Amino acid sequence: MIRDITIGQYYSADSPVHRLDSRVKIIATLLYIISLFMFDSMAGYAVAIGFFVLVLWLSKVPFAYVVKGLKPIIFMLVFTALLNLFWTPGTAFFSCGVITLTWEGLRKTIFISLRLIFLLLGSSLMTLTTTPNQLTDGLEHLLSPLKVIKVPVHELAMMMSIALRFIPILIEETDKIMKAQAARGADFESGNMLQRLKNMLPIFIPLFVSAIRRAGDLALAMDARCYHGGRGRTKMRPLKYQMTDVAAYAVCALYIIVLMVVVKFCVI
Amino acid sequence: MSLILHNVSYTYGKGSSDEKQALRNIDLEIGSQEFTAIVGHTGSGKSTLLQLLNGLEKATEGTVYYDGKDIYDKEYPIKELRSKVGLVFQYPEHQLFESSVIRDVEFGPRNLGWDNLQVELSSYQALKDVGIGEELLDVSPLALSGGQKRRVALAGVLAMQPEILVLDEPMAGLDPMGRQEIFELLQHLHKERKISVIFASHSMDDVAEYAKRVIVMQDGKIVLDGTPRQVFQYEKELEQIGLGVPAATRVMHRLRADGNAVDDSCITAQESVQEILRWYGKRGAK
Repeated sequence: MIRDITIGQYYSADSPVHRLDSRVKIIATLLYIISLFMFDSMAGYAVAIGFFVLVLWLSKVPFAYVVKGLKPIIFMLVFTALLNLFWTPGTAFFSCGVITLTWEGLRKTIFISLRLIFLLLGSSLMTLTTTPNQLTDGLEHLLSPLKVIKVPVHELAMMMSIALRFIPILIEETDKIMKAQAARGADFESGNMLQRLKNMLPIFIPLFVSAIRRAGDLALAMDARCYHGGRGRTKMRPLKYQMTDVAAYAVCALYIIVLMVVVKFCVI
Repeated sequence: MSLILHNVSYTYGKGSSDEKQALRNIDLEIGSQEFTAIVGHTGSGKSTLLQLLNGLEKATEGTVYYDGKDIYDKEYPIKELRSKVGLVFQYPEHQLFESSVIRDVEFGPRNLGWDNLQVELSSYQALKDVGIGEELLDVSPLALSGGQKRRVALAGVLAMQPEILVLDEPMAGLDPMGRQEIFELLQHLHKERKISVIFASHSMDDVAEYAKRVIVMQDGKIVLDGTPRQVFQYEKELEQIGLGVPAATRVMHRLRADGNAVDDSCITAQESVQEILRWYGKRGAK
């Protein structure tokens, strides 16, 4: 029933993008997202889309798989698009009653939609090619300078990886409890909002009970293996930059340079 | 009362890339007053099959008939089916949620829209059947012991007065005492309340001890169906699909293979002890 949720899904494949250091991928994704906001021209989008297509091709992730990630924002996308389409002043090219469409509005709609779409596609390409563990490892590394001002970076990263690890488990658990209560005649589909919320209690209570039980078990298991937080803890596989990672940084830099040049000299 | 599965197939994630066929062309009839075990390796389709029996999952192909009526018919009262075919999931104690034992047990009957008197009567009866004393009625179900919790969860389904009781590994995670208690309870229900019992199990010894009919599943298909005595003669085939036979049967088969004139159709420990004693006495006489 609710198994279709695919937050932070990983697509397993053996590609140069998958093998990259997770720090490279995090920084590259950030740069890419920032770059999407630095221009407002067709040529700029062509470069940005081209870069995405290149990375997608290198990553061996099927296009259809990445596009699936757009599903949750479809509503927002359509909403912003319509808002921009109808409420942007400028030269009209179509008018019917209160509805007026302008060239400026059309242009803005296309640009904003593209920006939103590639913002999401870019970040989902990162999560698709990086396991949650690598991701939190990379984040921990990148944020480690914050330790100086007493931010518990390691603990935050640990919490994040545990949370990510538990998403599929809790989804499965919810599915099981829903079925068990449905077998006892429970009904989750009829009634008004309040009624439906009340009908959810037989799911939420067992779910919380089991989540708390699991958390307790996990804490005990971590204790049993002498986990004591981040201080003095070493890694089994320390993150180390390879030549390919350096090359990847260079490619990103090249992308930014090309983008800046193109945006500066092309006028469309 | 009868439940018939006709040419039923079930495919998970149909149409997607990770499509997986869990059941293939199952034909099965379950009559009244059966005590049937479904055995099979993990992933053989047991749990999926059980969930089809009360309409919780809908077969992608084929039909399920309850008392001759197609349960996939739009007019079919599915809630009534949920009460007639009681389904107890694996670790059913994980679904307890109410503030007291009695209220949790009443959840099912209330969902069926019965009147107060009927709800209370059948809930008290169910708790009595599973051996939960009156002193525990107002206790929080979360404060009970593991075995007690499971029996309360079982009562929650029994209170809906099912004609068929379907259980997915009812003994999982219980100690030997708890296992025996649950089985004695199931036998009691079967004999006194005339309920058909269908349970999935991994323990061949339990199956040999209690079941009257065994259904063996492999890769979503029924490969053997018969009395335990018939089914456990196929030692090699059962071992090939990763199941094996009861310990008692294995011993008798070995004795027989070593050239001893024992009857190797024994399936329970008690039977084989008697058979070995008989054979030993005879040999001694010689």
